[in-house]
Amino acid sequence: MRTALILLMMLGIAAIPGSLVPQRTTNPIAVRDFIANNPNLAQWYERFSLFDVYASPWFSAIYILLFISLIGCVLPRSVEHFHAMRALPPATPRNLNRLEFYQQIQCEADALDPAAKWFKENRFRVRREDGNISAEKGYLRESGNLFFHLSLILILVGVGFGSLFGMRGEAIVNVGERFISMPTSYDSISYGKLNQGSTLSPFTIEVDNFVAQYNPKTNAPIDYTLSVRTEFEGVKKSETVKVNSPLTFGSTRVYLQANGYSPIVTVRDENGQVVFQGPVTFLPQDGNLRSIGSIKVPDTTPQIGFVSSLLPTYARSQDDGGVSVYPELLDPKLLFSVWSGDLGLDSGVPQSVYRIDTTGMTNLGLGSLKLGETFNYPGGSITLERIIPWVNLQIVQDPGKGFALAGAIAAIAGLISSLYGRRRRIWIRQNGVQVEVAALAKNNAPGLEEEVQRFIRAIEESK
Amino acid sequence: MAIFALAFFAHAFETAWAVRTPQVADVTQGNLATKTLDYSRTERAARIATAMMILATVILFAGIVFRGISAGHAPWGNMYEFSITGTFALVVAYLFSLIKYDLRWLGLFISFAALLALGTAVTLLYRDSAPLVPALKSTWLVIHVAAAIISGGIFLLANIIAGAYLYLDSAESKGVRPFWALRIPSLETLDQLSYRLVAFVFPLWTFSVIAGAIWAESAWGRYWGWDPKETWAFITWVAYAAYLHARVTIGWRGRRAAWLCIFAGSTFLFNYVYVNVWGTGKHTYSGLNE
Repeated sequence: MRTALILLMMLGIAAIPGSLVPQRTTNPIAVRDFIANNPNLAQWYERFSLFDVYASPWFSAIYILLFISLIGCVLPRSVEHFHAMRALPPATPRNLNRLEFYQQIQCEADALDPAAKWFKENRFRVRREDGNISAEKGYLRESGNLFFHLSLILILVGVGFGSLFGMRGEAIVNVGERFISMPTSYDSISYGKLNQGSTLSPFTIEVDNFVAQYNPKTNAPIDYTLSVRTEFEGVKKSETVKVNSPLTFGSTRVYLQANGYSPIVTVRDENGQVVFQGPVTFLPQDGNLRSIGSIKVPDTTPQIGFVSSLLPTYARSQDDGGVSVYPELLDPKLLFSVWSGDLGLDSGVPQSVYRIDTTGMTNLGLGSLKLGETFNYPGGSITLERIIPWVNLQIVQDPGKGFALAGAIAAIAGLISSLYGRRRRIWIRQNGVQVEVAALAKNNAPGLEEEVQRFIRAIEESK
Repeated sequence: MAIFALAFFAHAFETAWAVRTPQVADVTQGNLATKTLDYSRTERAARIATAMMILATVILFAGIVFRGISAGHAPWGNMYEFSITGTFALVVAYLFSLIKYDLRWLGLFISFAALLALGTAVTLLYRDSAPLVPALKSTWLVIHVAAAIISGGIFLLANIIAGAYLYLDSAESKGVRPFWALRIPSLETLDQLSYRLVAFVFPLWTFSVIAGAIWAESAWGRYWGWDPKETWAFITWVAYAAYLHARVTIGWRGRRAAWLCIFAGSTFLFNYVYVNVWGTGKHTYSGLNE
């Protein structure tokens, strides 16, 4: 019991560093910056897994020990309680006058029958012996208590099951495109340790339209609406996705996570031949969706790259140059610098789709484009055709969350009955006209005195 | 227009609270003047004080409702709105305990805490009412946040009582209570009361965390992500769980229990202030960074 309590406190304390030190799972960029700024300290942090506190060996050790200790406490108590519930209340003590709320009343008639009746009406458990009754009520307190702790174990089982057999992935889809759930179509995907990767839910999402509404005064988003056509297990549907209402395919859910813009550009070589055409996903940098991206044209010699930024509503500022002042496409402008040389795509080193490493490349000039405009540079031209929105879908499969939810609901039910339940005993003994009543409340629960008064009144009225 | 009305209401609460405080001060000065433990003279002042308290609470409630109407949603979108609602919860919890216990002596502390919270809310945290960001558009906003705010108000009340316990305990161990505290119930009552408040509201707090998890599942795609707010909610939960166990199972009473209660309450306050204002994560809705 004491061990479990100490472990519980340790778990609480152990959770603190994870909220003060940036965590890889929630804020990988902050972790990277921290390591870059404090390399020596970061080394020590790394040694104690302070960037992954909640997956660290010491954190796991605490909660695994806690649950072992909890099971060790709860199981024997459950068995004991089960026997106690089937057994009769303990016999009436000999000296009732040593107990709380002791009272003596005079009663000519039999007091035990009306007492037994009252106990039955008030659903007490009764042990009747010669000349006395022992009654007990409030087993729900202990039952609720045990139920609550067992539910905690169920929650943990649910969490564990979900993380072992679950899967989560992300995919960026342009409006007008179709997403088919196959491992290759995800931008990133990670499986639980025991998930074989063969359980991907076979669904298809076709993104028809995406509307983002903003508050013209504060530029803050008001609403996002994504219209899709889906196909799952042969059923075709038109559905709407919002931030708080994901799509559901069996145990897989699809969330609308982020959005941005993809300019559609056409790049031609000096002969006017199209060498690249299509939407390029740009990565938003701020609330007004100033986005950066790179347009890579690998099929020319030398290769061409555009290091670009997209401003949905263009304005100039003294300090920063081009900025965006509103997240909608009111006056979009694509700014870029043109580079020729080796893009490094064949070097085997993984690179960001949003950036170009321009070392060793030659700058061919700076340009800016509005919708429909074309910019010529030595050796070719680029045209900004259209700009379409993209959405980032998060796909999560968590087969354990049903257990966790059931556990959570059961935990609350158990908690309520254990904290609001009152366990108490009432005794009555008759010896001729002399009637003695006494009571005992466990955990000092209030209200027993009034109850005893009601009990006595019931007996006196029955005379 | 609505915004002006709101600012006016905000000031109205402030004034109401300010009026309230001298009334309570009357009670204490009455004691000072008589010192003969004759409370009949202060009784009236105490009653006026309680009446002012109720009036101020009603005005505060009206203010919250107007804020809700002006914003077009339950007024729990930023820290100003949380603060005024949390204060409301605290005062209502106090008024309800008043029905059962003679806690009027606590009015001074409660009104001071309420003034402090409202003052901070009006001066530092005030923001024009605004529509919600998409992630907050959910029925869970009402359920989760209401449960959290009510829990917070009651935890805070339990904390104030535990604080009073500690102060009086050290005063008594040195000799007698200060004259102004003679009317405060016995140490045992305070101890019991702060425990009962915590035991009463702990299931609600648990519910609030779980409701948050259900909401997070539908908004962010995971029900638990160790976001700083979630982490601290968990720490608060563990601390109060430890407090309940320490009392019920090990039988802690008095000073140790009171300290533990205050520790648990401060994790709640830390979560509210630190994570909202300086923290990073998905729960930073203070609206202060715009």
